[in-house]
Amino acid sequence: MYSTKYHNPASIDAATAALSSGEEAKVLAGGQTLLPTMKQHLAEPSDLVDIRGIAGMADISANGATLTIGAAATHASVADNADVQSLCPALAGLAAHIGDPAVRHMGTIGGSMANNDPAADYPAAALAMNATIVTNSREIAADDFFDGLFATNLEDGEIITAIRFETGAKCGYAKFPNPASRYAMVGVFVAQTGGGVRVAVTGAGDDGVFRHAGLEAALSADWSEGAVAGVDISPGGLLSDFHGDSAYRANLIGVMAKRAVAAS
Amino acid sequence: MANINITVNGKSVSKDVEDNTLLVDFLREDLRLTGTHVGCDTSQCGACVVHVDGKAVKSCTTLAASLDGAVVTTVEGVANGELHPMQTAFNDNHGLQCGFCTPGMIMSGIDMVNRYKADGRELTADAIRHELEGNICRCTGYHNIVKSIQDAAAKM
Repeated sequence: MYSTKYHNPASIDAATAALSSGEEAKVLAGGQTLLPTMKQHLAEPSDLVDIRGIAGMADISANGATLTIGAAATHASVADNADVQSLCPALAGLAAHIGDPAVRHMGTIGGSMANNDPAADYPAAALAMNATIVTNSREIAADDFFDGLFATNLEDGEIITAIRFETGAKCGYAKFPNPASRYAMVGVFVAQTGGGVRVAVTGAGDDGVFRHAGLEAALSADWSEGAVAGVDISPGGLLSDFHGDSAYRANLIGVMAKRAVAAS
Repeated sequence: MANINITVNGKSVSKDVEDNTLLVDFLREDLRLTGTHVGCDTSQCGACVVHVDGKAVKSCTTLAASLDGAVVTTVEGVANGELHPMQTAFNDNHGLQCGFCTPGMIMSGIDMVNRYKADGRELTADAIRHELEGNICRCTGYHNIVKSIQDAAAKM
């Protein structure tokens, strides 16, 4: 690993100051992607700004049907949280199947959202539920947050502090994990929200997580596995790689959508 | 360079570490606790699993500098005068062949038993296999590893 400077700020202000102090400073929230990337010399941050020491950053709270999950909440803490389990079991289940137990003890929701890996799980939940990404300077709707592979609309020096989910909707998530990495080959999150039915697909799009209009229309009319069967799912714009081509992934989207509806 | 004060296997340790030092290197090189192994070094295999504040983590994917004030337990620290029940169970059930992955299996095994007991959930053979997602044994000795953890779970 290249050398780097580690910062452990106790406040958001100290964290933003540390972020602007380095040439190429990065936020460290759990490090389960960032550290392996650094070890492979694919990233060379001049500074690492650890946000886990900031008070309240890992808190999870419920207010009515609104869940607010701190950016530094680990996947294990989301999966085990009683409020998440009762208000949105699909989200708790999603968190319980990220990586493996040791990774879930360290990896965080904020890190996953900011990294926006095209095969990560949380982006599918956030987009399907149109979650609100809360940062140190503003609130961003998930619709406006994701910006292609490993890219988001976060500004330089902007830090995610929490993700807010409006629950109450019927939700389901199903993924077909790559047997080695456990990342989604395809993951589909289905949600009935105040703004209608939303379906988000991860693992499959060549531009990252996306909503599927055909599935949304079919499930708006009839929330059932049978409705999914009639949807034409095009392989256009889907990833083709070593693990599966775009036609295979297109088929998996239908299969995972059915399972997600069945689980909702 | 950062100065960290941590507790490793019950002993207080105060050391200077480089900002990019991984916990596994700190344990093996600085403290000479070589029971924690580096297998894949890409956070897949679990040979490096230790407990930080009571939770299993991959020490190859954790910065030592981030652990000021933490309590770390390695495989060297689980025996208390006599072997830990998990260690005895691996011995009794032939839960290892070459032994390289065993420190991580022991630490993940103890962690899963503790979590399931705390939640009052039954740790079935299926659950153990699912929980071992992040621990790889290339001798392919999983069957006896699962038996060992089940055996230990009954005695912990």
